[in-house]
Amino acid sequence: MKRIAQVLAACAVMLMATAAHAVQPDEIMADPAKEARARELSRELRCMVCQNQSIDDSEAPLARDLRLLVRERISAGDSNKQVIDFLVARYGEYVLLKPRLEGQTLLLWLLTPLALGGGAVGLWLQNRRRLKLASLDDDARLKLSPDEEARLEKLIAEQSPADKPQ
Amino acid sequence: MIAEAGHYALVLALALALIQSIVPIIGAKLRDPALMNVARSTALAQLLFVGLSFLALVTLHVTSDFSVANVYENSHSLKPLIYKITGVWGNHEGSMLLWVSILALFGGLVAAFGNNLPLSLRAHALAVQAWISTAFYLFILITSNPFLRLANAPIEGRDLNPVLQDIGLAVHPPMLYLGYVGFSISFSFAVAALIEGRIDAAWARWVRPWTLMAWIFLTLGIAMGSYWAYYELGWGGWWFWDPVENASLMPWLAGTALLHSAVVMEKRNALKVWTILLAILTFSLSLLGTFLVRSGVLTSVHAFATDPTRGVFILLILCLFIGGSLTLYAWRASALKQGGLFAPISREGALVLNNLLLTTACATVFIGTLYPLGLEVLTGERISVGAPFFNLTFAPLFLPLMLAVPFGPLLAWKRGDLLGAAQRLFAAGGAALVAIAVLWAWVRGGSAFAPLAIGLAVFVIVGALTDLAERCMLFRVPLPIALRRARGLPRATWGTVFAHAGVGVALIGIVCESTWNTELITTLKPNDVAKVAGYEMKLDSLTQRQGPNFGEMVAHFTVSESGKTIGVMTPSKRNFTTRAASTTEAALLSRGASQLYISLGDTAANGGIAVRIYHKPMVLLIWFGPVLMAFGGLLSLSDRRLRVGAPKPAKAARALQPAE
Repeated sequence: MKRIAQVLAACAVMLMATAAHAVQPDEIMADPAKEARARELSRELRCMVCQNQSIDDSEAPLARDLRLLVRERISAGDSNKQVIDFLVARYGEYVLLKPRLEGQTLLLWLLTPLALGGGAVGLWLQNRRRLKLASLDDDARLKLSPDEEARLEKLIAEQSPADKPQ
Repeated sequence: MIAEAGHYALVLALALALIQSIVPIIGAKLRDPALMNVARSTALAQLLFVGLSFLALVTLHVTSDFSVANVYENSHSLKPLIYKITGVWGNHEGSMLLWVSILALFGGLVAAFGNNLPLSLRAHALAVQAWISTAFYLFILITSNPFLRLANAPIEGRDLNPVLQDIGLAVHPPMLYLGYVGFSISFSFAVAALIEGRIDAAWARWVRPWTLMAWIFLTLGIAMGSYWAYYELGWGGWWFWDPVENASLMPWLAGTALLHSAVVMEKRNALKVWTILLAILTFSLSLLGTFLVRSGVLTSVHAFATDPTRGVFILLILCLFIGGSLTLYAWRASALKQGGLFAPISREGALVLNNLLLTTACATVFIGTLYPLGLEVLTGERISVGAPFFNLTFAPLFLPLMLAVPFGPLLAWKRGDLLGAAQRLFAAGGAALVAIAVLWAWVRGGSAFAPLAIGLAVFVIVGALTDLAERCMLFRVPLPIALRRARGLPRATWGTVFAHAGVGVALIGIVCESTWNTELITTLKPNDVAKVAGYEMKLDSLTQRQGPNFGEMVAHFTVSESGKTIGVMTPSKRNFTTRAASTTEAALLSRGASQLYISLGDTAANGGIAVRIYHKPMVLLIWFGPVLMAFGGLLSLSDRRLRVGAPKPAKAARALQPAE
């Protein structure tokens, strides 16, 4: 129980840590186009010591280091992809807020289209089945049951002697 | 004494819940009305005792009784009274007590106002409700007792997390819990229907108001939480795709789907099996949310593994209820008779499409939230799933949904005329095209996607109004007659119009805020002027001030637009000594639906201060939309058909049923 309290406290500290500024005035790059790229990349990178925060939002010192690192790479002439590859090589996949499509993230990325497609196909099949059942129902309604057949036979049999010309 | 009384009241509530779990079921088996009615008395008595227990905790917090561990850890004698009260649920134990209090409240409401329910259905539903409350009373009493005493009472408490010392804490958690826990009623009714093996349109009519009520609270609770994060966290974001937020969004998505499928079930006696499943899933997702937030699993899988008492307990509750109800569903659902047929293009078809898209959206949030946890447990690999993932997968699902929204109410039941509906939406489509064209011509910069999205929002709003105009035959009959027809429309129709328009309004806010948001990050010294989006903000002074349990630095800004002063903004930075923590209090200035936003950073060596200034166009619409949606829900809830309640099989009652 004490442990949980510690965890909660740690998480409260993290929450509080967020309650201030992220990007500081002295970090901003002179070239607005490069700065915009840096901001865009920052939003896709995780501050690894925070709870679900991008380095763009986070106030933690580590996030600041990462922001500066991103800007350094951009000034050095790296493309966005090169910056990302550099950071992943250094910190692992964990740094990406949008995981890449790989073997282990296959289900993560494919669930949405599968659910949508599967749902649509399921609905279509069910609709077809129900329509078929309904038409079978109609057929059944047009056909006479054995009881009704027998009754009809009987009625015809009762009727027929009277119809016969004497 | 008060702590012990509160503890004892909770134990008594557990005893009552145990009785309520068993006796009514036996009563229903024996068809004994007296035994079945036990549920009613125990539900009301439970409400009384849990209420007393909750009041006891509130009293302990208000009187700052630091001999109670919970009060010591989360309160401070100098804390303002309002935060002493709201601090009751600003911690794990107290928040679980609020959870069961609201559960008992809903149980009590069904007991008090469920007189129009068949006796056995009410008995079963209340028994299921009692199973849930038994589980959670046990959880609180065994793992999270808020009334634990400390051997040596400290002189002063450790204060509440400063971020939580805000009016938001007074409103957001209770609202959210009223929503979350409110879905337990639909769950209990669904399980009761499965136990009884009987379900009909009347069932949907009983369940719909409860679902609607929970949905209204959840909508407002989420919107409120989002606004709170926006002004408190200090960087102007309003939705972070944080697992805790996702935990509340999932039941909302499933609950929205449930509301719509329950309409089909009530009106057309179709989709019964699906509606039952949704009712079970919605509350299961509420339970999942409780597990995610309350077990510590989100902070770290390892923290969970080192002290698993609480987490494992909730996980057990989760498995028991979700597993149990789904097993019961698999076993009994086939026995439920399927109802009315409909063509794919029909009102029912549109509502099925709504359900397909909403549940897929819900599944997306589900997998995105749980995948990193699952992967870490299974393989030890750590990945992150954050906002960029959700923006990419979630948003595309909402586009077709929004396109379909205006068509739904215009299609007839059973077999609709898509072409006819499209013709009637001509005006809405025209308005959307005009909006797109105007935005394209006027606005420089931003993505090309933004005008299209706003066009879609306009389509949804005008489409909702078209439905209204069609129903009162505006422009086809003289105006007074049209107005009379409008007055005569069922409130539920008005509700639909408001709720659907609210979706469009929120979309406009979201698109404007994320596309045309202006940001300025800079260091200012007194008398410096910052210019953002045509406004000039002059930093007049920086002053120190002492609050009740904090010290703060306040910056005074004078805001002017083209030379004319339009207001004063005073953002501040607070320092809470007890916890050695600081918060930023952003200053907001509304101009119509747009807002100026200033928050303070660190002081610089040269006497300046870092500031972040935003101009957020139309940002208030993000929350005004959900308020409209909730208002629509409220109108629908006040509809006579729901007030009158479900039609009874008796002939006399049938006469009360209003004409469709």
